[in-house]
Amino acid sequence: MSEQRLQSTQENRPEEQDATRRDFLKIAWGVAGLLALGEGTLVGLRFLAPRTVEGEFGGVFTAGAVEDFPPGSVTPFETGRFYLVRLEDGGFLAIYRRCTHLGCAVPYDPASGQFVCPCHGSAFALDGEVLNPPAPRPLDLFPVGIEDGMVLVDTGKPLQRDHASPSDVTYASGG
Amino acid sequence: MRQEITQTREPLLRRMWRSMQRDPLPPRDDRGRMRLVMNSLVLHLHPSKVAKPTLRFTYTFGLGGLSLLLGGVLGVTGVLLLFAYTPSPEAAYNSMLTLQTRVWYGQLIRNLHHWSANLLLVVVVLHMLRVFFTGGFRTPREFNWLLGIALLLLVVAANFTGYLLPWDQLAYWAITVGTSLLSYIPLAGEVISRLLLGGPEVGAATLTNFYALHIAVIPLLMAGIASFHLWRVRKDTLTVPRRADEPPPERVEKVTTIPHLISREVVFALVMLALLIGWSALVNAPLEEAANPSHSPNPAKAAWYFLGLQELLLHFHPFFAAIVIPGLGLTALAVLPYLESDMDVAGVWFRSKRGRWLAAFSTLIGVAAAVGLVLLDEFVLDLPALLPFLPTIISNGWVPFAALLLAIIGYGEFLKLLGARACEVRQALFVLLFAGFITLTAIGIFFRGPGMALVLPRGVLS
Ligand code: HEM
Ligand code: FES
Repeated sequence: MSEQRLQSTQENRPEEQDATRRDFLKIAWGVAGLLALGEGTLVGLRFLAPRTVEGEFGGVFTAGAVEDFPPGSVTPFETGRFYLVRLEDGGFLAIYRRCTHLGCAVPYDPASGQFVCPCHGSAFALDGEVLNPPAPRPLDLFPVGIEDGMVLVDTGKPLQRDHASPSDVTYASGG
Repeated sequence: MRQEITQTREPLLRRMWRSMQRDPLPPRDDRGRMRLVMNSLVLHLHPSKVAKPTLRFTYTFGLGGLSLLLGGVLGVTGVLLLFAYTPSPEAAYNSMLTLQTRVWYGQLIRNLHHWSANLLLVVVVLHMLRVFFTGGFRTPREFNWLLGIALLLLVVAANFTGYLLPWDQLAYWAITVGTSLLSYIPLAGEVISRLLLGGPEVGAATLTNFYALHIAVIPLLMAGIASFHLWRVRKDTLTVPRRADEPPPERVEKVTTIPHLISREVVFALVMLALLIGWSALVNAPLEEAANPSHSPNPAKAAWYFLGLQELLLHFHPFFAAIVIPGLGLTALAVLPYLESDMDVAGVWFRSKRGRWLAAFSTLIGVAAAVGLVLLDEFVLDLPALLPFLPTIISNGWVPFAALLLAIIGYGEFLKLLGARACEVRQALFVLLFAGFITLTAIGIFFRGPGMALVLPRGVLS
């Protein structure tokens, strides 16, 4: 009886040592597996990442001469996907027509002088400010530059903002 | 017997036909019938014998089987459509026109695919309700419920990705609205939506992505998970139905799958197929004008199954409407079977007599509350205006959400005070929320007009 017990404890000893080795191997396998999974995910994501096309919507548009746009006018640019707004005080804004709520194309409603989204009824003022929710923020802007009396709009990156502010507006200097 | 066969020298074709089955056809006795089921590749999805009470049509309503049938119709018609469809923004819409006007039976095949897809969504949800109300998800079937939820989500994803393919106005704007919901997910939202769209707006890359998802990724996943689901039904067997006032039966009478189950399945499948083809011959799938990215139609609605969500968006800050509420709802749905430990109501419709009353009552409350709250928010309450000092995510998000949550918890506690058991309360809350969601969906489909204003359905007034 006692002999047997002794034997079994002797047998146990190497097993215990094995156990720590096994633990180590388990962790090693786990780490290797996670690494492989991570690599696979990375390759997959890089492969599926959006392919950007240069030169289309996203380039710089020459909208026209400053005097072509009377104060208080809104001129749509189809391919540029923006409205060139000239405020009553002569300042310019290029407003991205994509609704900040859920992405619908926002038409200009001349009767009310507002941008009114058909999808869920958001309304925006001429400077893009939200007049009626559910839109969470004003319409996005594209940077406007005025060179040699010509109005240029860069559709590369829409500017998001929490509130419309006078500093958004571009003025023709001296004119 | 065998000797007789070899002696009579059967004709070649007959021998080939016989050789398809490992067992003699037709089987001559019950043992032969059971063996046939066991040894057949297709039939062995079924056990060789089934509990007789589970055959009652008004127990399963054949809804799981009908899902499978619709899946089959979708597979066949989908492959046919592949031969007529070109997945590019320039060609997609025209290929739909050609399909409908110049291809023999093109319109019929498109209709079958369209109606089966929409019906599948309805049928899968009804199947889920059947399983829920009969307590068919109790141990050991919890995981099969999860597989079911995965299938439900895949059916929605298949419908959603397929929606874009015709590239008409309906498709373009429904997908624009649907994918914009994603950008409200904190941090990761913008990245995910760009990945799915392949750019900042719905365009050529979006169509490529959706096409690949719709014809390869989603169907393969669905086939795999559906096989798993059916295998679990086979292994776990169906929950045996019983009445509320009966104890669980000691022994259940079993009958052979052939002919008792098979004949019912075949008859039901043929009747449903006939109805489906008849409907598709008469009612055309919609196709509007070609997609025009600079003109959103008014009102621009998502696909009908997302109109409940779109209705929520009119009332809550998007983070709550698109992320928090659906996320919590799905999580609750997924953990439902793990909350139930009460086995003695498995197989009983609506848990008990009282459960049935509470469920009916909660349905009414759910419908009434949804209608009432929509009207209240539309005409009376303007939280952002009342609380102008708070950002809208709080005034139009946390505040109404917390109020709603408290009301729901209060309703549950109220039922408990009335003496309802935990499983009956859970059922009542499920019904309350489900009825509310269906009501919102119905409002979105029928009562939202131009500018998403509340209107009466066309034809009611004029
Ligand atoms: C493509 C979708 C689906 C297919 C093809 C399918 C198929 C089936 C079939 C053929 C059955 C046998 C009983 C019957 O016909 O009712 C079954 C049972 C079952 N299904 Fe589904 N199903 C689908 C989706 C779902 C969903 C969405 C859920 C729940 C979230 C679900 C949960 C279950 C459970 C728990 C059972 C066992 C019920 C019991 O023992 O009474 N299934 N399914
Ligand atoms: S997308 Fe414009 S209001 Fe919703």
